[in-house]
Amino acid sequence: MNIRAQIRMLPDNRRLHMHDGPIDLIVEAFGRPMDIKAAYRAAAQRFPTVLDELCEELKFLRQPTRPDGPLPQGPIARRMVAAVTPYAATTFITPMAAVAGAVAEEILGIMTHAAELSRAYVNDGGDIALHLGPGERFVVGMMEYPRPEAIALPRELARYTFPNSPVFLCAPRGSSSLSTSNGTPRSEYELQRNTLFGTTTLDFTHPVRGIATSGWRGRSFSLGIADAVTVLADTAAQADAAATVIANAVDLPGHPAVVRIAANELQPDTDLADRPVTQGVGELRLDEIHAALSAGAQVADQLRRQGLIRAAALNLQSETRLVGRRNFGLDEYPVESIRFGKGTASAVPIGATSDGGFSR
Amino acid sequence: MADDAIRCDACPVLCYIKPGRTGSCDRYGNHDGQLVRLDPHVMLERAQSRGESLVPFLGKSREWDGNLVNDAQTFVTAIGAGTTYPDYKPAPFIISSQVQGVDMVTVVTEGIFSYCGVKLKIDTDRHLGAECSIVRAQGEAVGHVTTSEYGSQMLSLGGVRHLTGGSRHEGTVTCDTLLHLCNGKAVELQIDNGAKVVVQAGKAPIVDGMQEERMRVGCGSATIGMFAKQWFGKVDEVVVVDDHITGVLSEHQAGKLLDIPETGIKMKGRRSTPGRYFKVAEPGTSWGGTNITDPLSILAPFDPEVAKPGLRLLMVSTTGEQYAYYELDDALRPVERNLPPSLQESVARIRENCEPALCTVLFMGGAGGSLRAGVTENPVKLTLSVRDALTRVTSGGAPVYVWPGGGITYMVDVSRMPENAFGYVPTPALVAPIEFTMKLDDYAALGGHMDHVRPLHSIHRADDGSRRVAPREGNPWPLSAGKSGRE
Repeated sequence: MNIRAQIRMLPDNRRLHMHDGPIDLIVEAFGRPMDIKAAYRAAAQRFPTVLDELCEELKFLRQPTRPDGPLPQGPIARRMVAAVTPYAATTFITPMAAVAGAVAEEILGIMTHAAELSRAYVNDGGDIALHLGPGERFVVGMMEYPRPEAIALPRELARYTFPNSPVFLCAPRGSSSLSTSNGTPRSEYELQRNTLFGTTTLDFTHPVRGIATSGWRGRSFSLGIADAVTVLADTAAQADAAATVIANAVDLPGHPAVVRIAANELQPDTDLADRPVTQGVGELRLDEIHAALSAGAQVADQLRRQGLIRAAALNLQSETRLVGRRNFGLDEYPVESIRFGKGTASAVPIGATSDGGFSR
Repeated sequence: MADDAIRCDACPVLCYIKPGRTGSCDRYGNHDGQLVRLDPHVMLERAQSRGESLVPFLGKSREWDGNLVNDAQTFVTAIGAGTTYPDYKPAPFIISSQVQGVDMVTVVTEGIFSYCGVKLKIDTDRHLGAECSIVRAQGEAVGHVTTSEYGSQMLSLGGVRHLTGGSRHEGTVTCDTLLHLCNGKAVELQIDNGAKVVVQAGKAPIVDGMQEERMRVGCGSATIGMFAKQWFGKVDEVVVVDDHITGVLSEHQAGKLLDIPETGIKMKGRRSTPGRYFKVAEPGTSWGGTNITDPLSILAPFDPEVAKPGLRLLMVSTTGEQYAYYELDDALRPVERNLPPSLQESVARIRENCEPALCTVLFMGGAGGSLRAGVTENPVKLTLSVRDALTRVTSGGAPVYVWPGGGITYMVDVSRMPENAFGYVPTPALVAPIEFTMKLDDYAALGGHMDHVRPLHSIHRADDGSRRVAPREGNPWPLSAGKSGRE
């Protein structure tokens, strides 16, 4: 038995937090109390073997995926490979691009199998798997995010705070977050409300069941310069892989203001080997920002046509580009690109909430 | 592999981490060639002049105001600190601070306790179950009824036999029950051949659906002793119904001293000494912890040689919650009447002398070998240091009682700890915070991990994800001078 894994209810006594090594999950189920309990129990029983399973095949999972390559053993590893395989023919990608989404999906699947839930989500560090029963919906908020320069944290120390905070609200470097309407301290809500610029409602009839965010400021390395790319897709693993691919495509190759360092200089055992990963982006001209966003949006739109994603929001230096924007439902903000004051905020979808959570 | 990178073996990912960087978890980092842990956890902040208790601070959403932590005012608890169990590694946090010019060290870790449980004190005289009866939660055995105390029934829950010695489900349910109780949640327990009771730390117990209000003022005999004088002249006979010792005023020593005449009352049950009766009825959840609902059922017919028509009889329980007043008719049968105003006061006084009935939960656990190894290379020295009162043990900043004898087996009142201080691992076992505080030179002397000691302000700098809470009112400040928990 793995005794590293820590599993506990968060102080709101509604959400379950599970942690093992680099995996942090925030889980919330909605339904009858006995079903919630059964779902949490099932999640807690499944979770302790997840990391060991993945690490058994870690070497394989860090290798570039080939379109007709071999399959791994574990169910999560197979989800990862399935999610990245559509990209394998045309681009460099490893199954690790979908690890967070695949873990979230696995746990969500275990929960919905164990109990009848009206709604549920599993948030793996910003990559989120959703369950919606008939007639149910989640509201996902698009939120401005304070420029990381304002938070005087060295990159090494930047990390997700959600294990101990009531709402995992401020991921230190552009990321996504999830909250629900109940049990959230008022002050944090107001913070969210003040910076919220749009919401999208995901309901039962809508195919989206996965949300993921990627960017160079995030916990994983990015080959591109996007601050954050948030993707809505049918599964969390698909969203995770696509967010990585789109964020890589938001780029200005050879631009002098972009600082790139070989990934293995930073992390000797990274799956990206010596590929240059973005470590800093200087201030860009508006036309440069649009050029980079257009490159990413082109890829995103292609993925949308292929059915790999439903929508994406691309963010770079306070500029946001939406793809499949019908799915983001930003009715109140009918502008193609939303501009904020320079250096004050960036826009990332920051959460799902139960009905009307943000508008209280 | 790269010269200056270190391999982190905290989990099977086994990251190589370069200096100044973290592994893939962002929790462990390479700080000048040392593997260090950067984890949010709970700090107690001494709230001066503020009466509030336990205010969770906003996490990262509040920016650091640039102030350095004032050492003596901040105590780092082990809640959320994590653990290095079962490794030989130093504890996650070993923190130095200065208190009144003395260098202190606090070793902070979360213990994983298989040998642990709770001692549950339920203030009630109602019979919950026979001693040694099995206590169940969700149908699984999670503990047993142990020896009762004055005015309280005691349950002993958890322990290694239920946690890991029984079926998987028994262990899971036991762990769940302990976790809920320790985190201040309500739990429903069913005692074999006994009551169903809902318990929650700091709240009144609910026995078979009835919320307990008050503890008894004393046993039936003691109640007679306390109130004899107040009854004198207002009533001819008083019976205080109690499952333990039922008292009868006219026969009791207190009545004799007041020259109260015989009344011809005949009690059922077994007479212990004059005016004191055992076993007037079976244990139960009604009058005075017995099973009776009609108090007359514990009386035999009055002695016609002694009793007189019109004799006034008060029957009352040890909490004053139940009472009845009778007068004998011509056939010497008690007939119920309204309680005269002159007696209402004494019944009310019994009630008001009964303290509110509460459930109290003490967590009890033994800090074993490897936990101690996180503190010192020579674990027994920690035990000896605790015994010699050189090292203070706290749990989430709350004072503990350390049992005499071998090992570090301690008890802590969970209501004195910050909220949700406990977690669990799927073993199943409970995760509880534990901190060892001692003078820096004492720490060196007991073979501490001196190279892992770091100043308090370094925690603050590295980590604004910590949760800062005000200490519970009434707790001694963990860093203040004074003896350890072994007092």
